[in-house]
Amino acid sequence: MAAILSFFTDFPIELFLIQTLNGIVTGMILALIASGLTLIFGIMDVVNFAHGELFMLGAYVGVLVLSTTGSFWLALILATMLVGIFGGAMQIVTLRPLIGRDPLTTILATFGMSLILQNYALWQFGPVARKINEPITGSFSLFYLTYPYYRLLIAALSAAIIGGFWLFLKHGKYGIWIRATTQDRVMAQAMGIPVPWVYTAAFAIGAGMAAASGVLFGPLVGVNHTMGLDWVLKAFIVVVIGGMGNLGGSIAAAILISLLEAYASIWVSPAQAVIVSFIVLIVTLLVRPTGLFVATPK
Amino acid sequence: MSAQPASPDKPADPLVTVEDLHTFYGKSHILHGVSLTIGRGEVVGLLGRNGVGKSTTLKTIMGLVNPRQGKIMLESNPVTRLPAHKIAQLGIAYVPEDRRVFRLLTVMENLRTGLDRPGVTDARKQELLDKVFTYFPRLGERRNQAGGTLSGGEQQMLAIARAMMLEPKIILLDEPTEGLMPRMVTQIHQIIDALHSEGVAILLVEQNVPLTLEASQRVYIMEKGAIRHHALSSDLKVGDAVIKQYLGV
Repeated sequence: MAAILSFFTDFPIELFLIQTLNGIVTGMILALIASGLTLIFGIMDVVNFAHGELFMLGAYVGVLVLSTTGSFWLALILATMLVGIFGGAMQIVTLRPLIGRDPLTTILATFGMSLILQNYALWQFGPVARKINEPITGSFSLFYLTYPYYRLLIAALSAAIIGGFWLFLKHGKYGIWIRATTQDRVMAQAMGIPVPWVYTAAFAIGAGMAAASGVLFGPLVGVNHTMGLDWVLKAFIVVVIGGMGNLGGSIAAAILISLLEAYASIWVSPAQAVIVSFIVLIVTLLVRPTGLFVATPK
Repeated sequence: MSAQPASPDKPADPLVTVEDLHTFYGKSHILHGVSLTIGRGEVVGLLGRNGVGKSTTLKTIMGLVNPRQGKIMLESNPVTRLPAHKIAQLGIAYVPEDRRVFRLLTVMENLRTGLDRPGVTDARKQELLDKVFTYFPRLGERRNQAGGTLSGGEQQMLAIARAMMLEPKIILLDEPTEGLMPRMVTQIHQIIDALHSEGVAILLVEQNVPLTLEASQRVYIMEKGAIRHHALSSDLKVGDAVIKQYLGV
């Protein structure tokens, strides 16, 4: 009883609020990565193991553009576009020939691409992490912490990109094509929708979103060839918890997971806090394997 | 080759010509040399018991299943083994047996999948929408409702309306009245007549023999994956020996 009382009386409310903010910021970045992953899975049934490397590639393109032009915003736009085009080309070369084959072949193909991209980055840029400078450097006081504005900017930009993507899916001509193909690819074809190109476009959009998150997150973590690994693992967890192929579910799951990890790290070390994600994943798979944020199948 | 009888009345202006179609599902040989012709603006019925290959014939024409042998021509251009989306763009529309409306898309979005084609002006889009909402006022009322929330009859209307958005030369209509109440069946019949009067050809697969004989000009009767009989609809009546022999009604 005394222990419970002391938990509430000693509850670190300030730290809790700081961690809420941290969780939302990380959650928005994770949501941006997971949106691309769930889009690709939802439309093509392809589990893209190279998604983390597209995130990493985006960050490296950002480093190169930034060092050449000095403009963070140009780096963000060019990295998104170039990696988007690269993703489209990658889909045409590696995944399009596998349409209709065993799903295992696409897993192996994307895993192979992931190894190629990771080792190419190591060969080209070496093992030392590169730095992307924040476009804005100011900060504000949050209780006893100095909190950088850039972190808030990341959350806002991620939300803006996801919002723009949602509007495109909801109202754009090609967005409707993507949603129709996701729901019934055979009927989409019968309606004259060029499904193989819709696949390519969806992969390119997913790749572009991963690249954008790579550039946005670069200033916080440094850019190296393995930076995609942790994020793609988390993104996979998010996609499963949110419901495979469910965009809204992935966003909600990304924020939930990031908040839970942030809260857990109040009491345990951040390395141990990661366990929370896996616990939620296991509970989801046991209790509601279709995803926490999917309507109950009727 | 199928044992196809001499044609009573082959169309003078063929729109779709199917010759000696052999289709397989894995190792199962489903179509054994199907040949048929549909004239421009003609309604042709395709009758037969369950499992004789009627739906497979439609899917093969639509490019959803590739034939192992045979030829499909649209206005004397070969379309065999073209991807389905190209066939749709060339003017063949498909309304499947189970309707398959996009369940999470609204009625309007379902229609837009066929409407947002290159070269269709906004004015033309509006004309097409006005036309289907005149034919199917219920769809107009429910334009912002998700396709999956519509009743079976409304989903059938949506599936036909969606196909009409493509401004097709021919619609492959697979069992449009299946599971519908009589009032809806009458409405589907009226739509077939209206499309016919607009010059749209229809290949109609149906279990409803009286409706097929009334709505179509010619019928083909299938058995065991092949065309066994071909006649003018006006020459057949429910209860005829040939209908009894192949359809049991």
